[in-house]
Amino acid sequence: MGGDKDPIIRVENFTAAYGGNVIIDNISFDIYPGEVFVILGGSGCGKSTVLKHMIGLYPPAAGKVIIDGEDIVTAEGEDRIRILKKIGVAYQSGALFGSMTILENVRLPLEEYTDLSPEPMDLISLMKLKLVGLLGSENKMPSELSGGMQKRAALARAMALDPLILFLDEPSAGLDPITSAELDQLILRLARSLKITFVVVTHELPSIYTIADRVIMLDKRVKGIVATGNPQDLRDQSDNAWVRQFFNRQVESEVAA
Amino acid sequence: MEKTFKEIRYATLSSEINKDGVLNLIIEGRLDSTTTGKIWSDVMLAIKNTPPESIIVDARGVNYCDGTGIALLFDLQLKQFQRGAAFEIRGLPEEFQQLFEQFKTGDFIEAEIEEPEPSNIFVKVGSKTIDMFSAMTANISFLGQITVAVFYAVLNPKSVRWKDFFVTSELIGVNAFSIVALVCFLIGLVMAFQSAIPMEQYGAQLFVANLIVIAMFKELGPLMTAWVVNGRSGSAFAAELGTMKVNEEIDALTTMGLEPVRFLVVPRVLASLVMVPVLTVFGNLFGLIGGLVVMLSLGFTVVTYIDQVISAATYVMLLAGLVKSVVFAFIIAGVGCMEGLRTKTGASAVGDSTTSAVVVGLVLIIFVDGLFGVIYYFIGI
Repeated sequence: MGGDKDPIIRVENFTAAYGGNVIIDNISFDIYPGEVFVILGGSGCGKSTVLKHMIGLYPPAAGKVIIDGEDIVTAEGEDRIRILKKIGVAYQSGALFGSMTILENVRLPLEEYTDLSPEPMDLISLMKLKLVGLLGSENKMPSELSGGMQKRAALARAMALDPLILFLDEPSAGLDPITSAELDQLILRLARSLKITFVVVTHELPSIYTIADRVIMLDKRVKGIVATGNPQDLRDQSDNAWVRQFFNRQVESEVAA
Repeated sequence: MEKTFKEIRYATLSSEINKDGVLNLIIEGRLDSTTTGKIWSDVMLAIKNTPPESIIVDARGVNYCDGTGIALLFDLQLKQFQRGAAFEIRGLPEEFQQLFEQFKTGDFIEAEIEEPEPSNIFVKVGSKTIDMFSAMTANISFLGQITVAVFYAVLNPKSVRWKDFFVTSELIGVNAFSIVALVCFLIGLVMAFQSAIPMEQYGAQLFVANLIVIAMFKELGPLMTAWVVNGRSGSAFAAELGTMKVNEEIDALTTMGLEPVRFLVVPRVLASLVMVPVLTVFGNLFGLIGGLVVMLSLGFTVVTYIDQVISAATYVMLLAGLVKSVVFAFIIAGVGCMEGLRTKTGASAVGDSTTSAVVVGLVLIIFVDGLFGVIYYFIGI
């Protein structure tokens, strides 16, 4: 993936730290338009940290995060809003607004950022809910939905403005295998038909094999990237034993044997 | 034949209606959330005035179409379908056509967005009344549950989590000392100052001391202390237990077989029952000191003031106030914990519980204070 295309996201010499504790030390990678890019790694390796820095929630200790040609780290005011309108984020917990119905949650970005009249906004919101299989739940409150449904509603809200890039934090965690597979198909369909770029943080192997064009694998021991590439290739051909172990779901003793 | 032409940023729309009533819409360019809005209103206006028998959308020139563009095309299809009229899209690039075909008109005809019901005063009053009675029933039941749990704890001291008791005692007692002392000092000061002026006319300024003693011991000492503790700690109990409820910590306790009332409520109620009367005693003292400052400024000596205070004060008066403060303590901790445990889900739930704990606590305190006033009057205190 990539080739002669310009990257839509460029992370350069990026370092993340909480207080004096360095979590990620000087990593760089590019993400190209329309690809499904997965950030993976063991628990506590800093996957979600990288994601939260990429969407501008926290400033990195060093480095740049260039989104569609603009650095989200240094952008302020209108520039920052312009970048944020190009991205959508579905959080691990859903993060739906509890005082609004599901439809109102999805409609909110449309109300704030478009000049559409109310009827089209309702229709667009319903269509987004249809895409994630939640048509019929539009009048419910978030508290009335299951965890998996809340995640799908969050994805619908993230898609409301048809962003260039969708960031998904653990989208399959806590979902049953069928719903998880449906979500994977949805991600692929959106990536292929709308050329949406997906940046997904997950460690669900079935999902990774289905959706990922490319992955980077983080390891807390090196505080950085230990492998980059196609997941099938990494599973079969990686030089790094720990990477092969991860993809083959083996414990350390099995590898030693 | 009518022809219009509009150009909006990167998307263009031209339309023509032929003599057979077929509306041809030629859409070109980029259809996304920023370019589609204007086209959408123009198209809807056109078909509203003269609903066409058939709509044909020529989309050969569409080079990008995101969810908003698809929604526009789908809305046209939906409206035509509902009127039993024809609709056709020609030349939409394959990748967008696939996206369009994911949506079936039948799914959306049944989808209805609920509007909030118009408010009816009778329905509102009835609903509020029912809510009030059910809340009252729940409150009485919960206070009964706490009472039983506290009696059980007194009879079985080993069942109490004493560590929590001491931590809570520090929070609601020691940490509240300075604010209770300040409030009561100022109340004593202001009351003495305000009463000294009219009493001077009758040459009865010395009796300001009597007034301060009676008012502080019987009424204002317990009341002001209870208000301060209710504002500080009643709300804190509700917020703490409410957050635990939202985080499913209460459910975790229950599934571990640990009764939340025994585990969380009893230490807080016991700490409150001990600390509020202690704070009340200090509140009384600082009220008297406030009065002393005014009396000194009026030319009385410390000894005169203390003599007058001792002659006016009785143990019964002090105990009457302390009995009240024990009941207030029970109300503060009970209501705070009750509202915390009844927290619903959602971001605003903890805020609602905290507000409710403070308001209900204040109202109950003043109500019970009134009851005590009547009871003390009849028993001659």
